[in-house]
Amino acid sequence: MSLTKVQVQHIATLARLQLDDAQFDEIVDKLSRIVDFVDQLQSVATDDVLPMAHPLNMSQRLRADEVTETDQRDEIQKNAPRVENGYYLVPKVIE
Amino acid sequence: MGQATDALHARSLTELATGLENGEFSSRELTEHLLARIDTSQDRLNAFITVTAELALQRADAADEARAAGQQHALNGLPIVHKDLFCTRGVLTTCGSRILGNFVAPYDATVVERLDAAGAVVLGKTNMDEFAMGSSNETSFFGPVRNPWDARLSPGGSSGGSAAAVAARVVPAATGTDTGGSIRQPAALTGTVGLKPTYGRVSRYGMVAFASSLDQAGVITRSAEDAALLLGVIAGHDPRDSTSVDHPVPDYLAELDKPLKGLKVGIVRQHFDQGLDATCEARVREALVSIEDQGATLSEIDLPNIDLSVPTYYVVAPAECSSNLSRFDGVRFGYRAQQVDDLHDLFCRSRGEGFGAEVQRRIMTGTYVLSAGYYDAYYLKAQKVRQLISRDFMQAFEKVDIIAGPTAPTTAFAIGEKTDDPITMYLNDIYTIGANLAGLPGVSVPCGFADGLPVGLQLVGPHFAEARLLACAHQYQQLTDWHRQAPGDFS
Repeated sequence: MSLTKVQVQHIATLARLQLDDAQFDEIVDKLSRIVDFVDQLQSVATDDVLPMAHPLNMSQRLRADEVTETDQRDEIQKNAPRVENGYYLVPKVIE
Repeated sequence: MGQATDALHARSLTELATGLENGEFSSRELTEHLLARIDTSQDRLNAFITVTAELALQRADAADEARAAGQQHALNGLPIVHKDLFCTRGVLTTCGSRILGNFVAPYDATVVERLDAAGAVVLGKTNMDEFAMGSSNETSFFGPVRNPWDARLSPGGSSGGSAAAVAARVVPAATGTDTGGSIRQPAALTGTVGLKPTYGRVSRYGMVAFASSLDQAGVITRSAEDAALLLGVIAGHDPRDSTSVDHPVPDYLAELDKPLKGLKVGIVRQHFDQGLDATCEARVREALVSIEDQGATLSEIDLPNIDLSVPTYYVVAPAECSSNLSRFDGVRFGYRAQQVDDLHDLFCRSRGEGFGAEVQRRIMTGTYVLSAGYYDAYYLKAQKVRQLISRDFMQAFEKVDIIAGPTAPTTAFAIGEKTDDPITMYLNDIYTIGANLAGLPGVSVPCGFADGLPVGLQLVGPHFAEARLLACAHQYQQLTDWHRQAPGDFS
C-alpha cells in the first residue's frame, strides 16, 4: 500500500471531503493503486524538457479589463441553497 | 448484426434536412416522432437525464414558421440533444452528479447558443459519467446507460447517453465532450461517428469544467458528413473562452470530397502490440486496406512515449479536476448537506455526499499530486512527459498527414465488469488519451463488427486538420455501410 490511512485522511481534509467510513479501506486501496500506476513516470528521463503549459504550446491571450456583464444576482442566486437580502447564508463563522 | 431501414429516425441529419426542405414532413412531425422514440427507449437505455419535450415542440413550430417565411438556417428544424454537461438556460444541467442535481443553468453554453441560432431543435439532455469522469457511464448518479447493441453492456463513456441515443436511432446527432476519449470511445462501442476537435477549436464556455487543458466539445453522429455539418456551426473563436483559438473555420462540407490520393497515413506500431483484441485488430486492418485502396499510402510510425499517456493523463487530469471542482462548496449552488456543525463541516459533508466515489478518487488524486512535497515529483514530471508525448506526435506529422488505428482495445464490455479496479477502466482510453494530451483532433468511425458488436477506427490529425479527418472518414463511409447498421431492437 503506497499510501497510509493517515495520508489519505490528510488528503481528504485538504480536498474538503467527508469520506464514508465504511468505504475507507477501499478508498485507501484504490488510491494507492492509482499512485502506484502513475509512479512509472518517475523513471522517464525528462532533463531539459520544458513542462507543457498549454496543449498547443500557445501563450494565454488577455482581454481588456472591461465590465461586460450586467447585474444578474437575483437570477444567479435562484440556484443557491440559502440566501437572504442578496447574501449567501452559511453557518456562523465568528463567535 | 444490424439492419438498415429508411424510416424517419434512421435518416441522417443531412437526409432529414432534404426531407424538411422538400416538405416531405415538418419539423413538428419529426420532433414528435423522435420524442416518442425517446419515450419508448428510455426504460431500456436510460440515455436521458432530462427531456425537453415542450421546448422542443415550440422550437420545431418556430422552425416550421421560419421555413415557411423563406428564412435559411444551417440546421433549421433539425433535432439534436446535448450531453448534460453543457449549460442550457432555464433547463436542468446536472453533469450526471447529485451535487448539481437541482442546478438550473442561468445561461447557455456557446455550443448550445450556436446550435440554437442555426435553428436546431433540442430534445433533451443526455446521461453521462459523473463530471465526465469515467469510460463506461457507470459513475452517473442517474444510473448507467445501456448499450443498444446489447443491454447487458456499457455504451462506453463518458458521453455514453449521447452515443447510445444516436446508435439507437433515437436522435440523429448529439453533442459530447472529450477529455481523454469521452466522445471517441463511446462512439466506437456503439457504432457511431465521434468527433473530438482540436483543443480550442470549439468554445468551452458553459461546459462544466473537468480538466481545462484537455476538455474539448464535439459531436456524435452517424455519418462523417453530419459531423462536418455540425462542426461548421459550433467551431470558431469565442471571446468568452480565453483558450478558444482565433483560427479560420473552413467549409468542412465542401472539403469532404477532397481526394484521398497521396494521403500519407501513419500506423502507430505501439497501437498494435498491447492488449488489442484480435478481431478488433482484423476489422481495423481491413479498414486501413480500404483507405489504401482509395489512393492513400500507409506506413508504420513510432510514438515512442505513447505508452506513458495513460499515467500522464492520470496526474494532469485529476490535478485540474481537483482545482475545478473546488467550486462545489454547498454555498452558492448545488447540493448542500443538512444539519452541519460549522462551515468546514458544511463544505466536507456537502462534497462527501454530493460527489460519487470515482469523482472523489480523482479529486483526491489531484489534491495529492499538487500537494506540498509532491508537486515536482508528480505534476511537474507529468507535464514534462506530456511535452515528450506531444513532441512525438509533431515529429510523426512531419512524415504523415494523419494517424489511423483502433479507437478502443475491445468492443463494448459488460456493465460491472471493470468497476473493481480503476486502472483496468482507465486503460480503455489507451489509444485516445494521446490526442487530448497533445491537443489534436480525432474521429472514431464505425469499421465493422466483432461478434456482433461495433468496432471503431480512429483517425488523428495535426492541429486544425479536422477537414482532412472528416474527408477520410466520409470517403470510407461511401464504400462501407457499417454506419447504416442499426441495433436489431432499434432499427
